[in-house]
Amino acid sequence: MIKAEQKPVEEILDFLDPYNKILLVGCNACVAVCHAGGEKEVGLLASALRMARKNAGKRLEILEDCSTRQCEPEFVDELGEKAGDVEAILSIACGVGVQTLAKRFPEIPVYPGVNTKFMGETEEVGVWAERCQACGNCILHLTGGICPVARCAKQLLNGPCGGSQEGNCEIKKDVPCVWQQIYDRLKAIGQLHRMEQYIPAKKWGQESRDSGPRSIVREDLKL
Amino acid sequence: MESLSPRIVAFCCDKSGYVAADMVGKLGMSLPESLEVIRVPCAGRIDAFHMLQALENGADGVLIFACHEENCQSLSGNLIVKARMGYVYGMMEKIGFERERLELCNVATNNGAKFAEAVQRKYDDLKRLGPSPLK
Repeated sequence: MIKAEQKPVEEILDFLDPYNKILLVGCNACVAVCHAGGEKEVGLLASALRMARKNAGKRLEILEDCSTRQCEPEFVDELGEKAGDVEAILSIACGVGVQTLAKRFPEIPVYPGVNTKFMGETEEVGVWAERCQACGNCILHLTGGICPVARCAKQLLNGPCGGSQEGNCEIKKDVPCVWQQIYDRLKAIGQLHRMEQYIPAKKWGQESRDSGPRSIVREDLKL
Repeated sequence: MESLSPRIVAFCCDKSGYVAADMVGKLGMSLPESLEVIRVPCAGRIDAFHMLQALENGADGVLIFACHEENCQSLSGNLIVKARMGYVYGMMEKIGFERERLELCNVATNNGAKFAEAVQRKYDDLKRLGPSPLK
């Protein structure tokens, strides 16, 4: 899922400075799971913003809402009435949600309340780690289900570099070498021969973000 | 300007702080009239949101009475609330609130006197600190 973390309150206060009435919208999907932009965080941030503004002698009225999924136009449509008389919208969904709101409400300024970080896994409560870079052509079947694109500092596709030391990456001692992990995993599942399988260079200019914004079109689903 | 009677919200764990608060009366001790006790099933149930809401709704200070560490009746509720308080302290600092307005007190069920002393100390501290910035 998409992982995000709240922007510093002072940064949010700075761009909300000109406004007296805003709509604060969270998203009950990915960002709720990482405790950055769900319903609970809407209440917490709204409270903090009101207190800060009142403390500064400048009141701020905040309408609160939380979309089921802010990246889906039909859920964003439900905000229409509330958005009717606000001066700005603060979204604490991921960057996708912010853009969906901006598209739905072209006449209202929309600001991001979180920094969208990566697609990742929950390692433990309160700890999330990057696992996918949406490179556009998955090779996890060749690497034991562990991604060297997202988890190798150099994105090497055919084994570790010379900086792999005792299972750790040279960039930081507490970062595991993903190629060591891939080797251990392939060995555990009896597919060590895959280490000898050459993985060709990725076509970054055709499959990934390097080729410009991507889209998926399913003609069978379009009405 | 000094607050005459600081309003204190005390979130009390049902397994420790609330029982201790109950004992205060039995000991013949008194508590400030401006104290508002909120009974919770476990301190771990108190969210960062509740702490900020208490302050936003007019409390000059918030006390959280939880079980002693390693003695939580729900295993780790007291540690969970402590971690959440760390987050709230960071938030309070950024929005102009003194961290003294929020405090954790670990008590046992038989700590009625300690409960009363903690509330009185916070009451005196808040009088010195002055009213909430929101007032």
